[in-house]
Amino acid sequence: MTSTGVDAVAELAHRLLPAAGVVTDRARLRTYECDGLAHYRVTPALVVIPEDSDQLAAIVRACAEQQVPYVARGSGTGLSGGALPHAEGVLVVTSRMRTIREVRREDQRAVVDPGVINLDVTRAATPHGYYYAPDPSSQQICSIGGNVAENSGGAHCLKYGFTTNHVVGADFVTPTGDTVRLGGDAPDAPGYDLLGAVVGSEGTLGIVTTVTVKLTRLPEEVRTLLVGFESTDQAGAATSAMIAAGIVPAAVEMMDALAIEAAEAAVQCNYPDGAGAVLVIELDGAAEDVAAEYADVERLCAENGSFEQRLATDPTDRALIWKGRKSAFAAVGRISPDYIVQDGVIPRTALPEVLSAIAELSGSSGVRVANVFHAGDGNLHPLVLFDDAIEGAGEAAEKVSGAILDLCIEHGGSITGEHGVGMDKAKYMPRMYTDDDLDTMQLVRCAFDPAGISNPGKLFPTPRLCGEVPGRHKGAHPLQEAGLAEVF
Amino acid sequence: MTTDVRDDAVREALGSACDEVRDPGPRDRVDGVEPGLVARPTSTEQVAEVMRAAAAHGLSVVPRGRGTKLSWGTPPRSADVLLDLGAMDRVLDHAAGDLIVAAQAGTPLQEVQRVAAGGDQRLTLDETVPGGTVGGVLATNASGARRTGFGTARDLLIGITMVRADGVVAKAGGRVVKNVAGYDIGKLLIGSAGTLGVIVDATFRLHPVPPSSRWVSAPVSDPRHALELAQTAVHSQVVPAAVEIGWDGDAGQVSVLLEGRADGVSARVDRLRELLGAGATDDARPPAGGAAYPWDVTASGDDRSTALKLAFCLSGLADVLAAASAAGASVRGSAGSGVLYAALPASKALDATSSAVTTLREACLRHGGSAVVVDAAAAVKQAVDMWGPVPALDLMRRVKDQFDPDHRLAPGRFVGGI
Repeated sequence: MTSTGVDAVAELAHRLLPAAGVVTDRARLRTYECDGLAHYRVTPALVVIPEDSDQLAAIVRACAEQQVPYVARGSGTGLSGGALPHAEGVLVVTSRMRTIREVRREDQRAVVDPGVINLDVTRAATPHGYYYAPDPSSQQICSIGGNVAENSGGAHCLKYGFTTNHVVGADFVTPTGDTVRLGGDAPDAPGYDLLGAVVGSEGTLGIVTTVTVKLTRLPEEVRTLLVGFESTDQAGAATSAMIAAGIVPAAVEMMDALAIEAAEAAVQCNYPDGAGAVLVIELDGAAEDVAAEYADVERLCAENGSFEQRLATDPTDRALIWKGRKSAFAAVGRISPDYIVQDGVIPRTALPEVLSAIAELSGSSGVRVANVFHAGDGNLHPLVLFDDAIEGAGEAAEKVSGAILDLCIEHGGSITGEHGVGMDKAKYMPRMYTDDDLDTMQLVRCAFDPAGISNPGKLFPTPRLCGEVPGRHKGAHPLQEAGLAEVF
Repeated sequence: MTTDVRDDAVREALGSACDEVRDPGPRDRVDGVEPGLVARPTSTEQVAEVMRAAAAHGLSVVPRGRGTKLSWGTPPRSADVLLDLGAMDRVLDHAAGDLIVAAQAGTPLQEVQRVAAGGDQRLTLDETVPGGTVGGVLATNASGARRTGFGTARDLLIGITMVRADGVVAKAGGRVVKNVAGYDIGKLLIGSAGTLGVIVDATFRLHPVPPSSRWVSAPVSDPRHALELAQTAVHSQVVPAAVEIGWDGDAGQVSVLLEGRADGVSARVDRLRELLGAGATDDARPPAGGAAYPWDVTASGDDRSTALKLAFCLSGLADVLAAASAAGASVRGSAGSGVLYAALPASKALDATSSAVTTLREACLRHGGSAVVVDAAAAVKQAVDMWGPVPALDLMRRVKDQFDPDHRLAPGRFVGGI
């Protein structure tokens, strides 16, 4: 029965889209079988690549009519399996919707299609003295639509926030196939902040087809500082000292010895020799303020045991410092055949305690863990290393990786700071939230997607049956509420 | 079927649900609507019990903090129970090292600020009506001058606990700033006017208190001039925390707040004064009238001005100010965010008020925004469209129906009669 439904969607897609926009061939379908989390693989029944929002809406409408599940995919760089296809469903790929429609300096806004690459928004805004602040490590390839789905962050969200703080409006196709406007070009649109619920909903509430983003003024001055410490404890203490001094750097990133070793092997970033930890600290803002803050940061790092401080004085030096940090995930491939990228959050002050607990876990299990993280906001990215060729190594690594999430929850943190729940962490949601919490979230799902066809199986461990809304209405008749009828 | 709210069974059910249940007094009216009973719970569990009792007896419930903004929006269709959260007024946690604070919904914003100040920190959410509570600020999405630099409640709220219409207690978010696990229920509750759930506590991110702050102001003679100066400020490199405007119909003033270290602020003040031209001055104090609403927040009943919130894209400022002049509105607000507040005098005739609202709304709509009547005398509320066009209203209704299928919570107070 489902295949008939998919066939009907495919037929419509063939009618609406050019040949290249409809993929039915088995071999080509397989190229879409995973996103950035490659160990989950599912071949979709159909891939459609619409060229505009009308085509996209028509495809979703057909899915709704046929009750066929669909999954949206941008660039496919997600790290939680959020864009993992459905075997009996349609994969809706937005990569051909790549037009930057407007850059309006006077309004500090840009209007872009969902397939537009994150960094391209900044490239388009830079000549006007602006940029798009959220900068996930994958910003050279990830799409704005994917960023909206995942509420992507990046190294600079300590100061500038996440996607949700920079998206003000969107055209949106609901799972029932309707196109609606959420938010607006201007702030504070009347009514519920549905956009706030959609950003970060991982494609389970619908698909954005145009996104209005806020642009941020390029800072007058940026100083990037690389600081070497003997231990992560020292680096953590320096971070705490900065926060206590009232400094909010644009970014504070930490890498431990193993992560440094990997980055060094991969990109020769020339980090300080023998460091047990490095901090990458970025200060930005007005020139006078940055100069004053820089002096304080220099002093606070020295007071907490830094043995080397290197200030990037030009864009090339700055790029080299960031290269070591931004390539860290891929770089561990140099020191381990396989690895799991974990993503958890703890209150920043719990850092020393949690890091030593991770070290203990690693010691007792014999599983190596490299630590890379956003120290300013407590977002950890432990890289759990293993060799899949060794029997049982994968399972041992999974276990350590899961135990790290438990540590995050125990310390009042979160199971994901920026990679999302997706397929990968749905099972952990009940550890962080009660059944009532999850049930309440699913009320939103039921409002948007009563049939449960938009990215089913993600985010929640078990779906909720939406059912009919009880008909007992107190007070006004819905027509009266809508102002369409008076009660006499 | 209607339940007599004051019948003994109802009173007993509510009485066993929460510590204090009493008859309403004159100050308990909700925009003219007399509640049946007032319930004053002291814990989340009691709020849940009250909601369960209300569900069992088919009662409508209107939540209230200190009631400073309770007349905003449309009056409720009914208010069987006024749920007074004033007794839940504790700051639950201030983790200075983590830059977070958690407080119960009935906690005055001032109390949160007092506690945060102990760590040289602040919740960067300006108090716009004196005495307002955390829950009230969230439910009305109130924001002030610093929204230009720091955003609004949606940018600062990181965790929330709510009690649903069916009495279920649910949390979303948490105690860490960075967290993408699950839907952001907090954002749905912000500005929901008590119609989706009862907010019982909230956790926010904090910012360090800047050691120094200074306002730079310049007079503006016409709307084009105001736009020019506002654009100069927002595109400058002085990192404004606020870009405010006051406009009385003929003339006004653009005021920019600079915050940070003393040496940084003083250097930026000099640069900004140069940018804003010969008439610019600077002062440690906010400009006259400050960033407060341009209406008397203590007025009630028919004495209330018609109060509007105007939102628009930044480049629309001149057009919106011209519309305000034409409408006879006095205006104050954030030129740097595209959110202004306008007041039409209570004495203005009804049809003149109505056409003034239309004039203002058309200007805002031309610039991608909206004009919402926040508060007004009863006759005005009945005569004008309070909200204007509300895109995605059907979807909002579906959300309401899921969260509150019986339309028990604050019925009729929100867009589209929600």
